[in-house]
Amino acid sequence: MRNRYNFAVALSTVVLLGCGALLLSQNVSAAGEGKIAGTVKLDGTAPHMRGIDMSKDPYCVKAHATDPAHMENVVVGSGGALENVVLYISDWSGPAQPETAELVFDQKNCMYTPHVLAMDVNQKFKVVTSDQTTHNIHPNPNPMTGNIPWNQSQPPGAAPVEKSWKAVEVIPVQCNIHPWMHGWFVVVKGPYATTDASGNYTINNVPPGSYTVTAWQEDLGTQAQKVTVAAGGAGSANFTFKPK
Amino acid sequence: MRTTLQNWTLLFGSAVLLAFPAAASAQLSTYDIETRIGAESHVGNVTGHAKDAALPYRRYCVGCHGPLGDGNGENADWFLTPMYQKPRDFQLGVFKCRSTPTGTLPTDQDLFDAITRGFDRSNMPQWNTLSKQERADLVAWVKHYSPRWANEKPGAPIQIPPEPEVTAERIKAGRDVFARVQCWKCHGVQGMANGPSASTLTDDLGRPIAPFNFTEGSRPKCGDTDQDIYRIFMTGLDGTPMPSFADNIKPDEAWDLVFYLRTFMRQHSKEKDLAKGLGLKPVDPNAPAPAASGQQ
Ligand code: HEC
Ligand code: HEC
Repeated sequence: MRNRYNFAVALSTVVLLGCGALLLSQNVSAAGEGKIAGTVKLDGTAPHMRGIDMSKDPYCVKAHATDPAHMENVVVGSGGALENVVLYISDWSGPAQPETAELVFDQKNCMYTPHVLAMDVNQKFKVVTSDQTTHNIHPNPNPMTGNIPWNQSQPPGAAPVEKSWKAVEVIPVQCNIHPWMHGWFVVVKGPYATTDASGNYTINNVPPGSYTVTAWQEDLGTQAQKVTVAAGGAGSANFTFKPK
Repeated sequence: MRTTLQNWTLLFGSAVLLAFPAAASAQLSTYDIETRIGAESHVGNVTGHAKDAALPYRRYCVGCHGPLGDGNGENADWFLTPMYQKPRDFQLGVFKCRSTPTGTLPTDQDLFDAITRGFDRSNMPQWNTLSKQERADLVAWVKHYSPRWANEKPGAPIQIPPEPEVTAERIKAGRDVFARVQCWKCHGVQGMANGPSASTLTDDLGRPIAPFNFTEGSRPKCGDTDQDIYRIFMTGLDGTPMPSFADNIKPDEAWDLVFYLRTFMRQHSKEKDLAKGLGLKPVDPNAPAPAASGQQ
């Protein structure tokens, strides 16, 4: 009885996933859209990432008892893979991107996860907290751009804060209670991607055409490359940063 | 002598700038500002006009806030300590004393009240000697420096329910709120501005800033009635580390917290008398955070 029930669940999951995949692929091919993919690497010795003294807050110290926290300005994986690099099309003139995946910025173990959150202009994102200590979430844009600073407290169990930004800008975000908590909202126009732990990225939903792809790293700066995408095809752009 | 001092100020100023490259700074030209000289304000039944405030601004305000409203008046450099904040940069359109949610523009009344009240623990004087019309004109003048008012409306003021009767229970409940949302991380468990995070605080322009010390007898910048204090922690002081708690403190709890804060203050109050009878101890900074009380 139980077995048959499990089987039914498994079967419907497969069917559902299949439908989902079909829908997704239709979305992409319908517009003849392609993508831009590549890898971002650091060429040289990874800079030393300082350990973080969290002794201001015993909760944070405990959260890192077995896994000491380090600064995350430059996160380098094996083979020089650079994580948290934002890639976007700096000469994008197309429409705003349809809202896709839900964007979540989590305060977890007194660190920001992810450390860098990229988003489109006006795209909604959620700030949540997983911690049993109070944070205040305080982005600091330049008000002259049209992005306005705000500062909200999130005690344990607080409801998510949902926001968006009006203008293209790289916005630092910090917690004043835990001054080591420092992250970025990178607001761009058009499709974007962020490199994973292997330094890989894929910018989806790129219509055929010629573009400038820009890579942004918080400490190492920006680099740009020209890339051409054929209908339904994939452009490629790899980037190499030198340590400062 | 004079030059050495000035050089020091310069040096110090540029060190701060270098340390915080992300800091926003004003960048508008006189021409751009002039385009908004038609700005108005509405305070009660008085309409203020920016164009009528050029003279009073030059007479009373320019020395600190500067001809471009960017807070760089000739006296401005002498203020920068964690206790004394620099004059506001009006071009940024970001204000501390608001009845409106964090991230939104203040109402004209908010600006009018700030100008009337002046700021304790600050060089911003009280301007209640100016006529209501003059102050309303100055509000319009302050607004004309920022393009924000051309594109946005002030936020909707937060609702403050009628103040309940102070009781010992409410003061005790207020202590629980103070512990749960951890005001003490900055303000200290006795409100003496010595919480564990107090020493590292900076404002949005990267300048050091101290939390409010409840015990030394000065009044909050944004007013010292019970309503003012309620409003301060619900809306936050934008441009500073002082956050908004509107989403996480319910109206009833907010009043409890106001009553508890009164027990820290030097001024005599009913709350202080009641607290004496209670024998309340400061919250324990090492206790685990109390569970959230029924958040929606
Ligand atoms: C002696 C210097 C000085 C003079 C003169 C002065 N101010 Fe200020 N003003 C300040 C300082 C300093 C601050 C910021 C205080 C702070 O942030 O703690 C400020 C802040 C303000 C604010 C911001 C309120 C808020 O909620 O953020 C307004 C509005 C303002 N001043 C208007 C005026 C007007 C109008 C005049 C002239 C009638 C004036 N000021 C004259 C020093 C001055
Ligand atoms: C991240 C640190 C931080 C936390 C947490 C914090 N504050 Fe503050 N608070 C400040 C700072 C900094 C100032 C001073 C701002 C200024 O002078 O411009 C301040 C100022 C104040 C003031 C005086 C405002 C005025 O008009 O002068 C009050 C009242 C206050 N806080 C209450 C609270 C309460 C109640 C809580 C908890 C619900 C709280 N604060 C949590 C940093 C904090």
